[in-house]
Amino acid sequence: MIATIFFYLFATVALAAAVMVITARNPVHSVLFLILTFFNAAGLFLLLGAEFLAMMLVVVYVGAVAVLFLFVVMMLDVDFVELRQGMLKYWPVGAVIGLIILAELALALITWQISPQAMMTAPAAAVGAVTNTEALGLLLYTKYFYFFQAAGLVLLTAMIGAIVLTLRHKAHVKRQVVADQVARKAATSVEIRNVEPGQGL
Amino acid sequence: MSVWFETYPWLFRTFVIAGVLVGVLLSTAVLIYGERKIWAAVHMRRGPNVVGPWGVLQPIADFLKFILKESMVPDGANKGVFIIAPLLSVILAISAWAVIPVSKGWVVADINVGILYIFAVSSLGVYGIIMAGWASNSKYPFLSALRAAAQMVSYEVSIGFVIVTVLLCAGSLNLSQIVEAQNSKWGMFGWYWLPLLPMFVIFFISALAETNRPPFDLAEAESELVAGYMVEYSSSLFLLQFLTELVAILGMSSLAAVLFLGGWLPPFNVAPFTWVPGLVWFLIKAWAVVLMFSIAKVIVPRYRYDQLMRLGWKVFLPISIFYVVLVAGVLVTMGWLPK
Repeated sequence: MIATIFFYLFATVALAAAVMVITARNPVHSVLFLILTFFNAAGLFLLLGAEFLAMMLVVVYVGAVAVLFLFVVMMLDVDFVELRQGMLKYWPVGAVIGLIILAELALALITWQISPQAMMTAPAAAVGAVTNTEALGLLLYTKYFYFFQAAGLVLLTAMIGAIVLTLRHKAHVKRQVVADQVARKAATSVEIRNVEPGQGL
Repeated sequence: MSVWFETYPWLFRTFVIAGVLVGVLLSTAVLIYGERKIWAAVHMRRGPNVVGPWGVLQPIADFLKFILKESMVPDGANKGVFIIAPLLSVILAISAWAVIPVSKGWVVADINVGILYIFAVSSLGVYGIIMAGWASNSKYPFLSALRAAAQMVSYEVSIGFVIVTVLLCAGSLNLSQIVEAQNSKWGMFGWYWLPLLPMFVIFFISALAETNRPPFDLAEAESELVAGYMVEYSSSLFLLQFLTELVAILGMSSLAAVLFLGGWLPPFNVAPFTWVPGLVWFLIKAWAVVLMFSIAKVIVPRYRYDQLMRLGWKVFLPISIFYVVLVAGVLVTMGWLPK
């Protein structure tokens, strides 16, 4: 009962927020609505019993990725009029793509019959005493270990690529070398001189 | 009373929710007064001493002043976001308390992924600041929002690794089970602060950065940014911003008490210590960490921004990653992995 109410709450808010993402005039509002959509998707995950996925969605997408989105959108000087003209120009294409996806989904959902065996094997809820997190960990670190490592390598490559593309050492920028500073002693950095009056150094 | 609780579990649940909520809000009042007195003591001043005996009614006077004055929204501000931002921050800060066990079984939601929930909620906390800074439509708040966001995202990484080491030792993401896992025959020396001492230090310093506390309060550095993202806020909305900060400090301190100081466990499992209720031990530990937060504010000068980033990424991150590997290695080779 309560689960049903919450399902409709999360689903409605997620859909409404998703619509607002593309219709909001201010791009920052769009990103904020996108965050609301993510958040409600996490709520839907929770209702499915996928608590680990829900929390990861919030930590990774909402807590880190969306912050970067927000950064970029806030810092960029966006021309709203130009954006809206683009919207007028491209909406027929968008509508066609949307209709195609809708038709495909409808075809799949109407004609596809899911076999009863598949329904039985679908891991809907956590089995017995094994929690969600444990189940995922057991699977990820044993059966799919190589795929996990490969994914890690892909991410590492992307990270190194991003650093190589953006790292520039400017010659005229003064940088603090912490080791040098820590190694400074009074003897090497302070000099006591006896200044004669009226003469200076 | 306890018979009622056994027959009606929801009554107990309601009692715990109300208790945690009232307790947290009352603690913030105590925290304001206590912190000002502690800072005053370090500065060798008197601190608040006018309203009520020894000035103890000062928080109430401040509170009345905040809610009775006019709330202003600047002309150029983005009104909706401006008002939602502090509400969002305070809701998130308080909702983190839903999974913190204050005593054995005294927790609002005893969920499996408790620690991840706190991590998620605290990573959402950054939005309150970004939204407030952006919606104010003013330079100082905006700069402060950018600073706060970068800072909180950076230090979350090292907090994440610290939490991973604790999880490796405890074998659970449930906060109550993490506390139970620290229950050993060595009493307080078996709590994770001693075996994981470097991680406790890193956690404490990262918690200072995560809650935008001095020496990492770059987001509201008054010499550079006036009051940062709070510049344009007044009366009740400012009160909410202020409340968020205090609740976040209390939350982080309780998290430190749960993860490293054994939560509600008595320091030694012998008679006079075990008579004291768990709630009292939890409160003593959490307030001890709060005391450290307060003292850190007055005895340490503020970091420069590039030093802050260096500390987070070049010092804490490598150390915490190394420790994750080390702890995992030790646990596996010694066969100490939790079942």
